Amino acid sequence: MAELFTLPVLLGIIYSGIRLATPYLYAAIGETFAQRSGVLNLGVDGIMLMGAYTGFYIAMKTGNLFFGLLGAAAAGLLMGLLMSIVSVSLQAEQGISGIGLNLFGLGLSTLLFKVTLGGVESIRGFQPIRIPLLGQIPYLGDIFFNHNLLVYGAFLLVPLANFVLNKTTFGLKVRAVGQNPQAADTLGVNVTLIRYTTVCLGGILAGIAGASLSLALINLFQENMTSGMGFIAVALVYFGGWRPWGVMGGALLFSFVNALQLWVQVKGINIPSDIAVMMPYILTIIALTLSGRRARQPQALTKPFERGEN
Amino acid sequence: MPPKTEYSRLLNRTIEALLPLLAVPVALLIGAVMIYALGVNPFQAYGTLFQGAFGNISGFTQSLVKATPLLLVGLGVTIAFRGGVINIGGEGQLIVGALAATAFSIGFSDLPRIILLPLTLLIAALSGAVWGGVPGVLKARLGVNEILSTVMMNAIALQLSNYLLRGPMIDPAEIERGTQIAQSDLLPQAAWLTRLMPRTLLHSGAILALIMAVLVYIFLWRTTIGYRIRAVGLNPDAARYAGIPVRFYQALSLILGGAFAGLAGGVEVAGVHHRMIEGLSGGYGFSGIVAALFGKLHPLGAVPASVLFGGLLVGADRMQRATQVPSALITVILGLVVLFVVSSEIWARRRARRRETRG
Repeated sequence: MAELFTLPVLLGIIYSGIRLATPYLYAAIGETFAQRSGVLNLGVDGIMLMGAYTGFYIAMKTGNLFFGLLGAAAAGLLMGLLMSIVSVSLQAEQGISGIGLNLFGLGLSTLLFKVTLGGVESIRGFQPIRIPLLGQIPYLGDIFFNHNLLVYGAFLLVPLANFVLNKTTFGLKVRAVGQNPQAADTLGVNVTLIRYTTVCLGGILAGIAGASLSLALINLFQENMTSGMGFIAVALVYFGGWRPWGVMGGALLFSFVNALQLWVQVKGINIPSDIAVMMPYILTIIALTLSGRRARQPQALTKPFERGEN
Repeated sequence: MPPKTEYSRLLNRTIEALLPLLAVPVALLIGAVMIYALGVNPFQAYGTLFQGAFGNISGFTQSLVKATPLLLVGLGVTIAFRGGVINIGGEGQLIVGALAATAFSIGFSDLPRIILLPLTLLIAALSGAVWGGVPGVLKARLGVNEILSTVMMNAIALQLSNYLLRGPMIDPAEIERGTQIAQSDLLPQAAWLTRLMPRTLLHSGAILALIMAVLVYIFLWRTTIGYRIRAVGLNPDAARYAGIPVRFYQALSLILGGAFAGLAGGVEVAGVHHRMIEGLSGGYGFSGIVAALFGKLHPLGAVPASVLFGGLLVGADRMQRATQVPSALITVILGLVVLFVVSSEIWARRRARRRETRG
């Protein structure tokens, strides 16, 4: 065990933990907005797949990673719009409509991939950029300030989301709609519009989360490449108590355990790799158990809104 | 009351009943547009699909073989949803059931068939019940959201299966040959379900699933426990007021849901593959949800729904071979069916509300 925890190894685990947290952060921060407004979007995984495919395809065809990123965001927006229509306007049971959206996204991304690309190809994705000055700090510079653009974006998103949710009129409306839509409606807040906005924003961010996989983390597209990451992102929102900083803490914890698990495998320590891969999921269940009663969930979460109903 | 209102009410009710049924034709229509966009004639593609699924004995029996696990998973989903809990863990429960059935029947292979086969299936159901019971108890005791915990249990089951099939449970012949394919040894013949028709895979598990559908119907509508499960699902507050321990029945519906998915896993190994293989579940855990929803969460409605979707899955492979339209199209259609069915419920709810306010 001793040789597992040398300094370079620890630094490596922290570095890859931060990198691995990227897709979870985008997806879970987006989902935080949706849930704070009262909509449980369980279709994040399907949206991520559509984002991952669209981003990869466009980047491949245009040779421009930023066009790919834009395409992923647009695909996410469309998926978010579909979820809004079904869950907000048509008031569908949210746990189930999310399953529908997942199947739809899984099927469509696979179909498009088979028709347009066929085989697995990789591209040169976003490369690490060392930040001037900060990047020169010994150790810390390597761990924190030598990442690709999408990693920086993900971590900047956290304080930004926190600010928007807690310090802006829009954020106040989102929280009001999620706590008590009837009261918000009486005060002239357009509940439907707010929920459409948050779910679509969540869609855009989930699309970018998918692109962060296919354009920065793995640099290729594969059928069902998210393998349930979107569900983890939804769980992280619960775990983080519906607060951006809490969500970030959860995403980092999950990713560090994941990175540790990968190192354990590389080092060939005597734990079967499949058992090690289980650890993050078991951890998530334990985390949900611990946060189950304590966290204050938005009062109107999963409850559709209809005027004049109490 | 003038007869005209009576008539329009009847019309309303008919529309309400038929609306969810439109989900499949509309989803197929959207699929047709996609097929057309791929440069393939939709009539030809769907022609091969339905011909392959229902047009001949070999296709039709294959559809029934696929419908069997769909129905069993769908029954479990039906019980859970009727109890007001959402079970997305069918995939994991099925895998665990299949693993347990395999391990048990290989371990006790010298038992006579009349004991071994029922016990194997029972063990499968019990393991699925345990796998569904963990989220159930966590929800009842600690208020853990069952949607999320069942999803995590899926991931854990998948890794458990990968580990067992590459390590402790791998077929010794695979190690000898050095091929190392991740699959278990064959089940003893005494644990195989009877094949019903020569040169097809159709097995007695299909009949078992059908019997189970009837039993679940009787259970939910003719027994006290079933009545309480439905009461908890319809209105937990009212049920609590009536003295029903709501949390207990929520956990119970997740446990029973898991048992049926676990049984589906046992039936798959004992009826189709005769061993545990990687990728055994093939998404049944999710397509079973679609079958349950399209069957209007009624055990007997799930029967035709499972046959239909089993057929679509079989036909999709034929369509892919004949027309190069990827079989993933069926996943798109399944997703759309779910979205349409849950969206169409708004009309039923609106009508119920109008009735309420009228007094």
